[in-house]
Amino acid sequence: MTTPHSPPAPRLADRLSDHSDDHASPIRKGFRPPPLLRRLGAWFLNAYAGFVIFYLLLPVMVIVAFSFNKPVGKFNFVWKGFSFDAWADPWRYPALVDALVTSLKVAAVSTAIALVLGCMVAIALVRHRFRGSGGIDLFLIIPLTTPEIVLGSSLLTLFLDFSWNLGFGTIVLAHVMFEISFIALTVKARIRGFDWSLEDASMDLGANPTRTFLKVTLPLIVPGIVAAAMLSFALSLDDFIITLFNAGATSTYPLYVNNAAKTALPPQINVLATMVLAGSLAFIGLSVVWQRWRTRGELR
Amino acid sequence: MAGSASGGARHHKVTPYLLSLPALAYLAVFFVVPVWALLRTSLSTNTGGVFDPTLTFSWAFSNYGDAFSRYDEQIIRSFEYALIATLLALALAYPLAYVVAFKAGKWKNLLLGLVIVPFFITFIVRTLAWKTIFGDDTIIVGILDAIGLTENGRILSTQWAVIGGLTYNFLPFMILPIYVSIEKIDPRLLEAARDLYSGGFRTFRKVLLPLSMPGVLAGSLLTFIPAAGDFVNAQYLGGTNQSMVGTVIQSQFLVTKDYPLAAALSFVLMLVILVSVLIYTRVLGTEDLVT
Repeated sequence: MTTPHSPPAPRLADRLSDHSDDHASPIRKGFRPPPLLRRLGAWFLNAYAGFVIFYLLLPVMVIVAFSFNKPVGKFNFVWKGFSFDAWADPWRYPALVDALVTSLKVAAVSTAIALVLGCMVAIALVRHRFRGSGGIDLFLIIPLTTPEIVLGSSLLTLFLDFSWNLGFGTIVLAHVMFEISFIALTVKARIRGFDWSLEDASMDLGANPTRTFLKVTLPLIVPGIVAAAMLSFALSLDDFIITLFNAGATSTYPLYVNNAAKTALPPQINVLATMVLAGSLAFIGLSVVWQRWRTRGELR
Repeated sequence: MAGSASGGARHHKVTPYLLSLPALAYLAVFFVVPVWALLRTSLSTNTGGVFDPTLTFSWAFSNYGDAFSRYDEQIIRSFEYALIATLLALALAYPLAYVVAFKAGKWKNLLLGLVIVPFFITFIVRTLAWKTIFGDDTIIVGILDAIGLTENGRILSTQWAVIGGLTYNFLPFMILPIYVSIEKIDPRLLEAARDLYSGGFRTFRKVLLPLSMPGVLAGSLLTFIPAAGDFVNAQYLGGTNQSMVGTVIQSQFLVTKDYPLAAALSFVLMLVILVSVLIYTRVLGTEDLVT
């Protein structure tokens, strides 16, 4: 930092008079709070972050807690007393269970399809430099920046134009559409920056392309693919708006809840939601353990 | 990135196109064609019955006039709520993202995990949970009442319930991109700023904020877009005066079956959002939106 000689004198004088107790430095000092105030600031920041986490988790805690509620009447909105009734009889409403099973099936089938399409395009974008790749990037992002209600309603107009029967098939088609983008972008982000010369090394050592793919490429990209698959599955399971437009008479878990909300909301809805939550968390826990196990002993 | 591979073999030139083709074809059929069908529908008139509509394409721009004149209130309200929710989410997300990235230490992964926990409970069930939390006699409503945020002692069926729900539901989409861009910042830059006598706020304004701007803008889009098109929060947490453009599109499509009008509204929503996104991506480059 050089001392400015040319600027008008008053500014320099100002600066000097501002911090007359400091050793005449030309650098303007910012406000430095005393240590106690700074510690208070750090404490406040942490407390604020804690509050935001609490805000995020509050509904989740409410949902889990209310699976143990003993509601009076048809709606599970007000706490009336602790009970295991709903947990003792979680499959009491066959339509609810069917809806959840449909949701899981849709998520599994659509994720499987979208995974293949999404990974292919992600590999193309990361591994190859080619004309039009920027356009493909943009094309993948546009569905994500389109509100779900537009995606859902536009698909409905297409299905109506061709008088397709709405149901399981159209739900899967719709889900694959938005999952492709999520998968492609997640896989892309995860596999960027890998050392692809390992592939060349494998080829140089006499492996054919198939063997190279199975033994070198696939193990490198698997963690990214697993992450993308989990995200896609969760998004599909969660989707309400797009599904609402394309479901016809088929019911998924979110659609069931939406319909039930008009007439009755039994605590079994919360029980199943808690089960899905616990299942997802267990799955993530396992995949973390698996990941650690896979990379054990590798140089870090 | 790519550079290192491919030693000039001829088939390498078509490989990326072949790999991209299936996904692009799928998106063309189930995203581009539907949007085109939506546009066509929005310019059609119903020549059939009320409950069994037959659509005829007729350059009926009047649908757009209808959409604006009948539902201007909902259109404006949607963007207003989405904007407020985005600003609230930003105010909540930024400090948390900063704490997770720089202050959390070994708790970092746990905190990130907690941020995505709400994703594993269906959107609609989460929204219904707010109905319990904002119930008329709960402690939280009591506190908000004391601050003066309630209307006649209620939160449910007010705009604050809807805005609160929108903020909540899309908050992780704000936190994660901001976290990613703050995490990339070299903490030594902040130390350097401090060593050069920059105070806390100035360090934030001159170093932290500019470097995390891509995350802020990506997060804002990922919050604003779904919030502007949402109808679930308005349906469950709001009253009749809180209906949004999504509410109208949904009921026109699925209940009233006035397809041309609903398609026109849908298209307006899409266009307004697409234009703002294109402006952002022009400024930032698409890469920043997703990483």
